[in-house]
Amino acid sequence: MKYVDEYRDPHLARELLESIRRRSTRPWVLMEVCGGQTHSLLRNGIDAELEGSVELIHGPGCPVCVTPAEAIDLAQDLALRPEILLTSFGDMLRVPGTRGSLLDIRTRGGNVRTVYSPLDAVELARREPARQVVFFAVGFETTTPATALAVLQADAYRLENFSLLVAHVRVQPAMEAIMQVGDCRVQAFLAAGHVCTVLGYDSYVEFVRRHRVPVVVTGFEPVDLLTGILECVDQLESATFDVVNCYARSVRQEGNSSAQEIVDRVFEPADRPWRGLGTIPAGGLRLRPEWSRFDAERRYGLAAMPSSGCAAECRSGDVLAGRIRPTECSSFGTRCTPDAPLGAPMVSSEGACAAYFRYRRADCGPHTAPRPAGAATG
Amino acid sequence: MNDNSWQPHCPVGVSAQTERITLAHGEGGRAMRQLIHDRIVPRLRNPNFSDANDAAALPALQGPLAFTTDSFVVSPLFFPGGDIGTLAVYGTVNDLVVAGARPRWLSLSFILEEGLPLDVFDRVVESVAAAARRANVEIVTGDTKVVPRGAADGLFITTSGIGELISPIPAGPRSLLAGDELIVSGPIGCHGVAILACRENLGFEPAPTSDCAPLVEVADALRAAAIPVRAMRDATRGGVAAVLHEWAGQCELTMRIDETALPVSSDVRGICELLGMDPLHVANEGTMVIAVPAGAGESGLAALRQVSLSKEAALIGAVQPRGIAPVTIRRSLGVEQPLDEPHGAPLPRIC
Repeated sequence: MKYVDEYRDPHLARELLESIRRRSTRPWVLMEVCGGQTHSLLRNGIDAELEGSVELIHGPGCPVCVTPAEAIDLAQDLALRPEILLTSFGDMLRVPGTRGSLLDIRTRGGNVRTVYSPLDAVELARREPARQVVFFAVGFETTTPATALAVLQADAYRLENFSLLVAHVRVQPAMEAIMQVGDCRVQAFLAAGHVCTVLGYDSYVEFVRRHRVPVVVTGFEPVDLLTGILECVDQLESATFDVVNCYARSVRQEGNSSAQEIVDRVFEPADRPWRGLGTIPAGGLRLRPEWSRFDAERRYGLAAMPSSGCAAECRSGDVLAGRIRPTECSSFGTRCTPDAPLGAPMVSSEGACAAYFRYRRADCGPHTAPRPAGAATG
Repeated sequence: MNDNSWQPHCPVGVSAQTERITLAHGEGGRAMRQLIHDRIVPRLRNPNFSDANDAAALPALQGPLAFTTDSFVVSPLFFPGGDIGTLAVYGTVNDLVVAGARPRWLSLSFILEEGLPLDVFDRVVESVAAAARRANVEIVTGDTKVVPRGAADGLFITTSGIGELISPIPAGPRSLLAGDELIVSGPIGCHGVAILACRENLGFEPAPTSDCAPLVEVADALRAAAIPVRAMRDATRGGVAAVLHEWAGQCELTMRIDETALPVSSDVRGICELLGMDPLHVANEGTMVIAVPAGAGESGLAALRQVSLSKEAALIGAVQPRGIAPVTIRRSLGVEQPLDEPHGAPLPRIC
């Protein structure tokens, strides 16, 4: 398959691994921002191959994982109203709120449907004018343009039965928040390739200058990831700090200006609670006042989303901030599994805990049993 | 919505004059008799068909029998590569085949939703008849019930089947030994991807096609070549991964497969990449997993490749002493990892 196979070439990947090992004089600490990158790193065993040369801390770039439990509760409240059909991406349906997931709500009579695009939700609203269709809008800048387009379409169709429960988040404010943490160990970032496809990477120039950390725009296949890691190590070894694009087949410096324009017309930055990380200034988006008629929170008089905690024994906040590895959580693989998750990172296909459960739990002992809390992990 | 599908609450493409299933069709009177005698019997007639009695009288067979049952609730009713009728025949036929039996007779029970257009019902019965001919089985008895509108999704089918066990009967997954070789009979994930693309109207061109087919010839080819099969299993819901997990649980060994050896068509691969799904977790309806003793893999493949349905059969791995997990997969960069058991239906990712 073109654009995939050549970036999974095992020979090229091994050469890159060797180059990284040779170039690295000490174990540099890198954060891959996006959950898709985390899964690819673990799936291909790259993190283990680089042990001693590079330590990879898994960033908070999983939109499902950082959506506050209370936002899911709000979505559930809406889904239980008889006039409402709540729609969202499939990934979102299994994530627990404080009272179970949206799938649980469906078994109790809630109206919940998976869609593949916010535009499908608009189409549903057109086809079922007697129903109120609410789209639970989650995701980073990769999914925001489609949500913005849905609003513009709903407006063009003059739909009165379509609205959004907005939980969109923004990557760069989260990277800022991570750098503000006192014990932050991150020395370089692998920036999320798909987000940069939309936004470009000019906005990182100032970030790099201020924090003196390399930011390397990186894709998702093994060769992409290893190329990005090698670029980070090269910069760190030569004490340079630059924004470099290692995902040029998808990302242009200026990004996708028509997508940016649509988002900017519909949304504006807003402070937003992140699960496990607290409220991040300008960490999310809200509808601009002129589009507020599509705001489900306003339409249904919902209380604003509060700052979020999670199940007391869930340490997803520490995982999302890169303070611990998923396997260091005492609930990992025992009281928290993808079948019965305590926190969102164990649910989503992008979540760091799910990635460790899927690819690395064997390192924790026979089958699914992890080592006891506090023990060293693979 | 797909043009071929029918949903009770969406009248698109169905005119007001369309003849429809009514509750009377299930209440034992003239309407029901007409439904059976005008629309079912002529299409399915065969020497053993019980059109007048509640039970079919079947001839005696020599050896032991296999008996199975399955229900079919697929949505949409029609999809590229098949429909609920073909699925209902091949599903039960394949359950008999992988048990080591030659399928002989099937029962056929419909649960119909009030309001179902009769021409939709006719198309499904035609499909059942054609599928039975292809799989060389006879429909010998059946039943029809009608439920009020909203109590079913168009129509549901249950088929039960009797087959004649043919020696040598595979000893089954408990007999697996370290060193045994694992084969899949064809490209994986086709059915699940076809259904998903059709149900959700994902608009792929060309639309992916289900692998829905009877595995009778495939099993016959293995027998004809005297391949000593230890276990066979059609990889339906949960895909190949679910079969391997079940086998690993029964023999308490590890099923180790090689990612680069898996036969996956380019359309299934592309769609799975796009939606974040693993073809190993996606359903098949005409593809099976086969375990043969060490050294018999290549001759097994040669036998399978004689049959058009299994011409893309592939050796995907081997049984090993219990290792890091019940099922493991060797990735293209060489790392060996646990392969998860599927949990419910795969959910497409966000980005």
